Amino acid sequence: MGRNVRWSIINVVVILYALIPVVWIASLSFKDPSSITDGSFIPNKWTWSNYSGIFKNDDFVRGLINSIGIGVISTVIAILIGMMAAYAVARLEFPGKNLVLGVSLLISMFPQISLVTPLFQIERSLGLFDTWLGLIIPYITFALPLTIFTLSNFFREIPWDLEKAAKMDGATSAQAFRMVIAPLATPGVVTTAILAFIVCWNDFLFSISLTSTTRARTAPATISFFTGSSQFEDPTGSIAAAAVVITIPIVLFVLFFQRRIVSGLTSGAVKG
Amino acid sequence: MAEIALNNVTKRYADGTLAVDDFNLTIADEEFVILVGPSGCGKSTTLNMIAGLEDISEGELVIDGERVNDRAPRDRDIAMVFQSYALYPHMTVRENIGFPLRLAGMDKAEAGRKIENAAQILDIESLLDRKPAHLSGGQRQRVAMGRAIVRNPKAFLMDEPLSNLDAKLRVQMRTMISRLQNDLGTTTVYVTHDQTEAMTLGDRIVLMRKGIVQQVGAPEELYGKPDNLFVAGFIGSPSMNFMSAEVTGDGLESLLGRTPLSAETRGKLAEHGSPQQVIMGIRPEAFEDVRMVHADERQLTYSGTVNILESLGAEKYVYIDLADTAAVKSEHLAEAFQGSVADPRKAQLVARLDGRSPAREGQRIDLDFTAESIHLFHPETGRNITI
Repeated sequence: MGRNVRWSIINVVVILYALIPVVWIASLSFKDPSSITDGSFIPNKWTWSNYSGIFKNDDFVRGLINSIGIGVISTVIAILIGMMAAYAVARLEFPGKNLVLGVSLLISMFPQISLVTPLFQIERSLGLFDTWLGLIIPYITFALPLTIFTLSNFFREIPWDLEKAAKMDGATSAQAFRMVIAPLATPGVVTTAILAFIVCWNDFLFSISLTSTTRARTAPATISFFTGSSQFEDPTGSIAAAAVVITIPIVLFVLFFQRRIVSGLTSGAVKG
Repeated sequence: MAEIALNNVTKRYADGTLAVDDFNLTIADEEFVILVGPSGCGKSTTLNMIAGLEDISEGELVIDGERVNDRAPRDRDIAMVFQSYALYPHMTVRENIGFPLRLAGMDKAEAGRKIENAAQILDIESLLDRKPAHLSGGQRQRVAMGRAIVRNPKAFLMDEPLSNLDAKLRVQMRTMISRLQNDLGTTTVYVTHDQTEAMTLGDRIVLMRKGIVQQVGAPEELYGKPDNLFVAGFIGSPSMNFMSAEVTGDGLESLLGRTPLSAETRGKLAEHGSPQQVIMGIRPEAFEDVRMVHADERQLTYSGTVNILESLGAEKYVYIDLADTAAVKSEHLAEAFQGSVADPRKAQLVARLDGRSPAREGQRIDLDFTAESIHLFHPETGRNITI
């Protein structure tokens, strides 16, 4: 009994610690400009005007479209390349395998800020500056190590015997991959895709540095350009509302795919 | 239905390890051949080479007169049952069994009929719509068999298919596989490390050690006329008793006393360079409690004290400790005894007696045996001198 109570208290503390900032942002987003600095946790005057305001703001809508487009394209490409690379890493012995893994790990640890200036110069001279492609390319680069590592772990968990069995049953390598390995790897692929998408979706640094107009600027960067209706007015309410809006897709994703992420499809393949 | 021939097949890995060395065997159509040996002897590698899952470094593999070395597994028309069963977890039993037919592009109605038929043979009709995760070990094993038989392949390859089952189920499935192979008459290559499985299932046994074939023959042949120490120690349960012995003129001095050597055996000893020291082997079954043997039929007698007695009802095993000087140290034996109860470093004699024998633990016992049941092995080469 005492054990349960102790755990309940710890759980509540952890949940509060994680949720209070989120709830605070949500609360701010519903506050009227006049009460925004009143410091109360629950808004005294509820209003939707912050939300209707940001969706009337063409820049923000444009930013959302950029975010979704760039994020989805980057994720799809990163997953496709990552799947092939991860499969090779998990299944094949080839010279330089550890080098590939080492380099991808290095990339994921590389401080991104140090790349901003060279990237800025390169993209300007290549004409990629302030374009979707100009953001998609670095996003793929930074999503790939993550996808390769996560996916190769998923592939490793799929018994190799299944693939051999498929080949004995008359499948080509491609058929074995498509009909046996890929369906079993789906939970892994979905999980990895969500993680990769979050990486792209949440990026602020590249978006703010490699764009100059709303052509390719993503939502997080757009928010930083919010202004109040007059120079004496703080855009706090709008920023909070925008922050809530860009958080919602991620929350939905995770909730929706949670079961797939958690459940292992491979049970029952082999004795166990 | 096919004849499979392996001619000088060798497997060498990139790091230089020789997994299979010059393997020669022709498997007749409808034959049931067992590859057996301790772990790491190259039996699974050989099977994988027949399957096409591993490349053949040297030599050739001929199926039905065609060289298939460079053919992909799918083009060899061979089915395989894996130790892990390797069922596709995202497919139902029906889809699992039907997978080879689906890949072959067979039309749905005919595939359905074939699946039903295979399920009927294996008695798994009621399981067709379940997923593998909801099956017991024995049921999974049957589904794996179903996937193999459904497309009527040229040959079955089985890689330790029973080793994940419990003892009772293993015996049942062993009988089922035997009956299935008889009924279907499909050429079968079966890999196991269990000599009982090998003895009971196969038409012929191929016993391997360190990538080299030790002996090929019918189960009785390997049991009765083992080519060398390794075969003698590996085949038979409990294992053959070994002790060192000395050749003295027309007899043999050992812990069993003095045993006469027939003129034939002496001749064979001479052929092998007349070694003074030999290793003597005698099967536990060669002994019998003197009290159970008719006075006229008694031949040679060994007396010892029973240290341990195990009664199985129909038979009794007695263990008699021998003086350590009798212990045989041979690398050929160490591997044969791998995983078995008998400790080759400890000299002991095991005898299998009639269940009615009045033998008691701690008491002296007289054991009857014949000179013919003694095998003599060359101490260095390990070759059987007596055959």
